[in-house]
Amino acid sequence: MAAQSSGIRSVGPLQGGAGPNIFDEMTGTGSELRPPYARLQDWVQSMPRELRNLKQAEAEELFRRIGITFAVYGEGGDPDRLIPFDMFPRVFSALEWSKLSRGIKQRARALNAFLVDVYGRGEIIRAGRIPGRLVYHNAAYEKEVAGFVPPKGIYSHVVGIDIVRTGPDQFYVLEDNCRTPSGVSYMLESREIMMRMFPELFRGNRIEPVDNYSEVLRRTLASVAPAKCKGEPNIVILTPGHFNSAYYEHSLLADLMGVDLVEGQDLFVDGEFVYARTTQGPKRVDVIYRRIDDSFLDPLCFRPDSMVGVAGLMDVYRAGGVSICSAPGAGVADDKAVYTYVPEMVRFYLGEEPLLDNVPTWQCGKADDLAYVLDKLPELVVKEVHGSGGYGMLVGPKASKAEIEVFRNLIQAKPHNYIAQPTLALSTVPTFVEEGVAPRHVDLRPYCLVGERIELVPGGLTRVALKEGSLVVNSSQGGGVKDTWVLAE
Amino acid sequence: MLSRTAENLYWIARYMERADTSARLLEVGSRISLLPSAHGYRSEWDSLLQACGMAPGFAAKYGDPVQRNLESWLFFDRDNPSSVASCITAARENGRIVRTALTSQVWDALNTAFQELKRLEREERSSLELSQMTDWVMRHAAMLRGAIDATLLRDDGFNFLNIGYYLERCDNTARLMDVKYYVLLPRVDFVGSGLDNYQWTTLLRAMGAHRAFHWAYGGEVTASKIAHFLILNPQSPRALITCIAGTANHLNRLSKAYGRASQSQAMAAEMLARLEEETVDRIMDEGLHEYLTGCIRETAALGQAVHEDFFSGEAR
Amino acid sequence: MLLDVDHLSLYRYAAPVRSVVQSHRLTPSRCASQKVVQWEVQVSGATKGAGFTDGAGDAIQAWTVSGPVTEVAVTVRGRVETSDTAGVLRSHRESAPPEVYLRDTPATALDGALRDLAAGVPGGETLSMCHDLSHAVAEAIAYRPGTTTGRTTAAEALAQGMGVCQDHAHALIACARVHEVPARYVSGYLFADASGAAHEAAHAWAELFVPGLGWVGFDPANRCCPDDRYIRLGSGFDASAAAPIRGIARGMAGDGALDVRLSVVAAQQ
Repeated sequence: MAAQSSGIRSVGPLQGGAGPNIFDEMTGTGSELRPPYARLQDWVQSMPRELRNLKQAEAEELFRRIGITFAVYGEGGDPDRLIPFDMFPRVFSALEWSKLSRGIKQRARALNAFLVDVYGRGEIIRAGRIPGRLVYHNAAYEKEVAGFVPPKGIYSHVVGIDIVRTGPDQFYVLEDNCRTPSGVSYMLESREIMMRMFPELFRGNRIEPVDNYSEVLRRTLASVAPAKCKGEPNIVILTPGHFNSAYYEHSLLADLMGVDLVEGQDLFVDGEFVYARTTQGPKRVDVIYRRIDDSFLDPLCFRPDSMVGVAGLMDVYRAGGVSICSAPGAGVADDKAVYTYVPEMVRFYLGEEPLLDNVPTWQCGKADDLAYVLDKLPELVVKEVHGSGGYGMLVGPKASKAEIEVFRNLIQAKPHNYIAQPTLALSTVPTFVEEGVAPRHVDLRPYCLVGERIELVPGGLTRVALKEGSLVVNSSQGGGVKDTWVLAE
Repeated sequence: MLSRTAENLYWIARYMERADTSARLLEVGSRISLLPSAHGYRSEWDSLLQACGMAPGFAAKYGDPVQRNLESWLFFDRDNPSSVASCITAARENGRIVRTALTSQVWDALNTAFQELKRLEREERSSLELSQMTDWVMRHAAMLRGAIDATLLRDDGFNFLNIGYYLERCDNTARLMDVKYYVLLPRVDFVGSGLDNYQWTTLLRAMGAHRAFHWAYGGEVTASKIAHFLILNPQSPRALITCIAGTANHLNRLSKAYGRASQSQAMAAEMLARLEEETVDRIMDEGLHEYLTGCIRETAALGQAVHEDFFSGEAR
Repeated sequence: MLLDVDHLSLYRYAAPVRSVVQSHRLTPSRCASQKVVQWEVQVSGATKGAGFTDGAGDAIQAWTVSGPVTEVAVTVRGRVETSDTAGVLRSHRESAPPEVYLRDTPATALDGALRDLAAGVPGGETLSMCHDLSHAVAEAIAYRPGTTTGRTTAAEALAQGMGVCQDHAHALIACARVHEVPARYVSGYLFADASGAAHEAAHAWAELFVPGLGWVGFDPANRCCPDDRYIRLGSGFDASAAAPIRGIARGMAGDGALDVRLSVVAAQQ
C-alpha cells in the first residue's frame, strides 16, 4: 500500500492503481490489464530506461524544432516555453469512442440549437427551462446579432468539450468551449511525433488517424460560406498576431489547410465585402476562422481601442457578406453558469436524453445551493464563472484552512460569480516519471466540427497532471500532454 | 500572396543585408581611423556616422566617438535600429511571422544567427575581437543568402526577398561610397595622394571587393576607376547597376506572374536604362557625392513604389 | 407635425487619410409615431456598404471611402411626419429582448450618488416610478451646455450637478437599472422652436421598459416624454453605442475636426 500511495512504480509488470477508488485506464481499479492497453505493456517493458530517456529527449527536441511552444487554453506565459510531452499514449477502444463520440456530437448540436434560439425567439426561456437573466444579462450575449441567423444556423463551428472520466463507463463534461478552443495543434503534433519515434507501435495497434483534421476543418468552414459567395470560398484564419501564445497553432492550421493567416491589418472593408490585402491587390474574403475574441473583431462595433480588429467587419457580417467562425455571440453558450443547463438543452431541442453527463454543479447564486456549498467547502471544487486556466479556483480537499476561508469570503461577496462541483476522482493513465511509470490524472478535449455535417476526428487533446496526485492539468500548473489513441474496430 | 507576408520576406532580406553593411562600416571606420589624417580621429568617425545618417542618434546616446562606444553602437545597441543586433533580431522576427513561407534551411539560418547573437551578447566584450565580429556577421548573412538560393521555391516570395536584397544593397553601396566624401573634405592637394588611395582601398576592402577590383582594373586605385567598378560595372556584385538590374529582373518576373505591369517595374527599367548609358566622366563632372545622393533618393523612391504596388494591398 | 431635417456632418482631416469606414444609424425608426415622407443620406466620395436592420430594430447602413481624402461630408435631408404617442414606442420591431438592457457600460456605471438618487424614488407601479426617476434626474443635473464632454459619465455629471441631454440620459439609464428596469439610450432629432435654431436639435433621451406598455421614452433634459417634436433614429446601451455616425479613418497622420450644421424645422405647408 505504501508503494501505491507514493504513486510510483518501477518499470515491470504493471499493476495497482493510483489509490483506492481511482480508476486507472490501463489497470482498472486493480491488477487487470484493460484490453485497449494490452499491447502497450510489452512496449513499456521492452524499453530500457536509457532508451526511454533518449526517446524523451528526442521528442522534446522535435517539439522545439517545429516550434510548438505555447501555452494551451490561452493561459499566457512565456511564448517560448515548451509543454512537457509524455510518450505513454492514452487509449480508447472503438466501443468507448463511439459512445463518447455520440455524446459529444449530441452536445455540439444542442449548444448550436441553443445559440440560434437565444438570438432568435428564445423559446427555451419562454418555456421556463433556463432563466432569461442568465442568458440576456450575460456579458457574452451580443445584442448586436440578435435576430440574425448565421449560415446553416451554426454559431459554434469548433466545439471543444472538456471531459473527465471516473470509471469504465463514467464520463463527465467539465466544460464546453464554443468560441475558439485551442490545443488542437497538440493533438496533431503529438501524433506526428509518436509516429516518427515509435512506428512499430502503429504497426502493432490499429490506431485511427487524426491527420485529416485540417481537411475536415476546411470543409466545415467552406460549408458555412455566405450565400453571397459564389464558387470556392476564400477562407482565412484571423490571428491576434505573432506575439500571441497560440500563434504556432494558428500558423500550423493555416499551413495545413492552405489558407492565409491574416491579422486585422491585412483585412479591410470596402463596400459590402471584406478584402485581404495581397500582392495582387484586394482579394475578397468569404469565411473568417477567427482566433480573437468578439470584443476585438471590429473597433467600430465593440472596442474603439482594438488594434487587432477590422473596422466595419460586423456590418458586413450582419448583412451576410462574410461568415465569422465562431459566430460573434457564441460565448454565451459556454459560460460556466449556462453549462448547468446543457442537459436541459439536449432534452429541449433534440428531444433526447443526454448521453454525456454534466458534473453535478451548485450555483452559488441560488440561495439553497449557496448554503450547501458554504457548508461543504472542504470537499468541493469551486470555480469562478468567467475564470479559466485553473486560476480563481479552489480545490477543497487540497486547500489549507486559510485558503478555504479566503474563498468563503469571496463567494459570500459575489455568489453569482461562483459555481461548485464535487471533487471527482479523475481517471489516471500510466505516465513516464523519473523513477519509471506511474499513474497520473488526465482529462480530454476532443474537437467537434460543426458545419453542413457534424464531424469528430477520432482523438483529441489529453492533458495530464504530471505532479503526483495533482488534479490540475493546466499547462501553467505542471500539466503536460499525451497522444490520444482511438483503436479501430 | 498576402501583402504582409511579402513585406515580411522583403524585410528579412533588407535587415540581413543591413546587418552586413553595419558590420562592414564598423570595419571601415576602424581602419580609416588608424590612419593619420588632416582632421583627427574624432572627425573621421563623425563623418562616417554622418554618411549613414546615424550621427544624431549616436551623439545623443554616447557623445564622444571612442572605439568601444562605436562598436557598441554599430553592433550591439538596440537603440540603433541599424545595429547588427537590431537588424538580425528584426530579420529573425520577420522570419518567425512568416515561418510557413520559409524552408527549414532558411529558418535555421535565421534562427541560428539570432541564437548565436544572444550568446555573443552575453560574452565578455574584451574577449571579442572586432574582426571576428564582422566575420561572424558576414558569414551568417552569406549562409542565409545561400539557404534562400539553394532551397526556396521560385515563387513570388522569392522575388520579394530578392527585391529586398537588391534595394538594400544598392542603398548601402551608395552610402559606403559616399563615406569617402564625408571623410575627405575636398582639398585639392589631397586628391590623388597616397592617403587618398589608401582610404579608397579600405573602402574596397570593406566591401570585400578589393581583389576583384585589382583583377578587373589593375594599376593605380583612382576615384573614377572605383566609381566605375561600384556604379557601372555589371560584373561587380555590389555595383549599383547590378542591384538595379536584379531589382528590375525580379519585378519583371512578378509582373509576368501576376499578368500586369506595375509602377515600380517601370521605374526600375528606367533607372537601369539610365545606368547603362551613364559614363564615369559624366558622374565625376556632376560630382560623385551629388550623383550618389541622387541614387540614394531614387532607390528610396523605388522602394516606396514597391510598397504601393504590392504591400499596401490596395493597388488594383 | 411635418418636420424637415437638414443635417450636415463635415469630417476634415489635417493630412489625407487612406480610407474611411462609417456605420450610420441615420434613418428614422419605423414606429407608430413617425412616418418618413422622404429621406436621403449622402456621403461624399463614398461607396455604399452593408445595410441591415440590427437586433434593436435600427436601420444600419455602412459606407466606405477609399482615400486619400481630406474631407468627408455626410448629408442627411428629409421630411418626417410625426405624431404624439405620449412617449410610447409602438409598432417597432426588434429582436433583442428588454432584459439585455440591464447591463452597465462605463458611461452608465453606478456609483453611490447615483444609487442614492435612484433610491430616493420609491418603487411601486413602474410607469409612475419612471416619471419620478426622470424628474429626479432633471432636478439633480441642471441643463448647462458646455459643462460636460462626450466622454463624461453619468456619475461625473451627477457629481458636478450639470450637463446636457446626453448626461441626463446616461443618469436616467443608470438609475432605472437600480430598480431593475431595462433602460437604453436613444439618439434622434428635436424640433426646438419655430426658428429652427438648434438648441440641441441633435438630441438624446432614454427609453425605459414598462411591462404592458413596452419601451417608453423619457427626456429629463426637457422634462417630458418624446412627442411629435421628436424624431427617433436609434438606440444603444449608451451614447457611443447609439451614435448616429460611428466611423474610423485609417492612416490618420494629423488632427481631425468635425463641423455639424443641423436644422429641424416645421415644414411650410
